Amino acid sequence: MFEPKIVAFFCTWCTYTAADLAGTARMQYAPNARIIRVMCSGRIDPQFVLDAFRKGADGVLIGGCHPGDCHYQEGNYKALRRYHLLQRLLEQMGIEKERLRLEWISASEGDKVKQVINDMTETIRRLGPLNIMELPEQEPVRAASLT
Amino acid sequence: MSKPKVAFYWCASCGGCEEAVVDLAENILDVVNAVDIVFWPVALDFKREDVEQMEDHEIDVTFLNGAIRLKEQEEMAKLLRQKSKLMIAFGSCSHLGGIPGLGNLWNRNEIFQRAYHEVSSLEEHNGKHPETHVKVPEGELELPEFYHTVHALNQVVEVDYYLPGCPPTPKLLLQAVQAILQDNLPERGTVLAPDKALCEECPRNESKPEKLLITDIKRPHQVHVDPEKCLLAQGVICMGPATRAGCEALCINGNMPCTGCFGPTSKVLDQGAKALSAVASILDYNEEEDIQQVMNKIADPVGTFYRYGLPVSMLQRRNLAKTKS
Ligand code: SF4
Ligand code: SF4
Ligand code: FES
Repeated sequence: MFEPKIVAFFCTWCTYTAADLAGTARMQYAPNARIIRVMCSGRIDPQFVLDAFRKGADGVLIGGCHPGDCHYQEGNYKALRRYHLLQRLLEQMGIEKERLRLEWISASEGDKVKQVINDMTETIRRLGPLNIMELPEQEPVRAASLT
Repeated sequence: MSKPKVAFYWCASCGGCEEAVVDLAENILDVVNAVDIVFWPVALDFKREDVEQMEDHEIDVTFLNGAIRLKEQEEMAKLLRQKSKLMIAFGSCSHLGGIPGLGNLWNRNEIFQRAYHEVSSLEEHNGKHPETHVKVPEGELELPEFYHTVHALNQVVEVDYYLPGCPPTPKLLLQAVQAILQDNLPERGTVLAPDKALCEECPRNESKPEKLLITDIKRPHQVHVDPEKCLLAQGVICMGPATRAGCEALCINGNMPCTGCFGPTSKVLDQGAKALSAVASILDYNEEEDIQQVMNKIADPVGTFYRYGLPVSMLQRRNLAKTKS
């Protein structure tokens, strides 16, 4: 059976804490998400999302505090706006928009972490693997300056 | 020192970069006098065999413009690389994939279908499109393979320097030629333009409010663009924040937004993602519905944010599995 690789970016104050809670409560859920802790969902640069897909993720999950609850006031709103634009970009690039998901999960919602990861794993299992790179990973143009 | 031997070559390009060389105006005579042009098919009668007969590294500098779309272009890039001491990617197409790179939203079959079977501007729909081998009464002809994916020059050969721009400005080209003549080149791999964002050299930067916020996105033809005010602040998508400086804000001075032809600075991996992020950040809405309503006004996100750089972007092309075979 195809085991999807999901890269999950969780904000430290809410969603990561919730994942921690799910862990200490010994909840059982799909082992398909690799969680990366970031300070705030607003810190998730769209480049991180594309880089994850480029390096072989079949799905990317973004988790942040509920609207109004962001530790830094508006980080999650920024994440929401980027997410909508990114989804449109992904669709144009032939990547199903379900492969990118955004969820608000507060620190106490350990069971929501479980449910979202299980659900996303199943969705992506149905979509199948994402093989976007035709050639092995290539270094993008990196350059210094003249002046 | 004897005159440096210079070659110019074009791959998938529009010819504008060749024009940029001629645009050096009176300076071109200084350049022509200072160098020995050993290969320039667009202007002088040279053939591939002439290059093949050269020694390795016999050419001092090759300026190659255009993206790599055909097998023949890849072969020529490799041949010129072998014969040249320095390989310079000249212009956006060679540097980033350029406008031809937008072809990466489709594959070969889709492009042929459209260009040779569907477009209404075709005089005659004869059901034919290019094949690598074609039989004609005189015998069999061979045409170079048309790849599914367009590549930037550094994706097929090693590149020493990049001259950005669509096309590069005469000033940058002249600076580069002088640096070569004076043997005063920076570290290999350098883009020969300042490593800062266009906004920093834009005359309208000062008009940018401290906290830039927009409530709507408009295309240039939908507004009377105020010629003094930052375009982004007027709701017109300007790639300035995600684009390398060096053109001295050419398009802005023509009262049009920057579309990103100089590519990103060295700190940015993906120019489009950077620009997308900037636009998303300044949108003054928090409700999903409002956000979607404004974002939907960007009819073509790839063409907007990756106009010149799709082949060197993180995703490089549309998912091939999702294109029609
Ligand atoms: S966003 Fe565009 S118009 Fe505004 S300062 Fe930057 S380059 Fe100039
Ligand atoms: S303003 Fe932007 S698009 Fe226009 S020449 Fe400069 S870098 Fe290129
Ligand atoms: S701190 Fe959780 S989304 Fe900002």
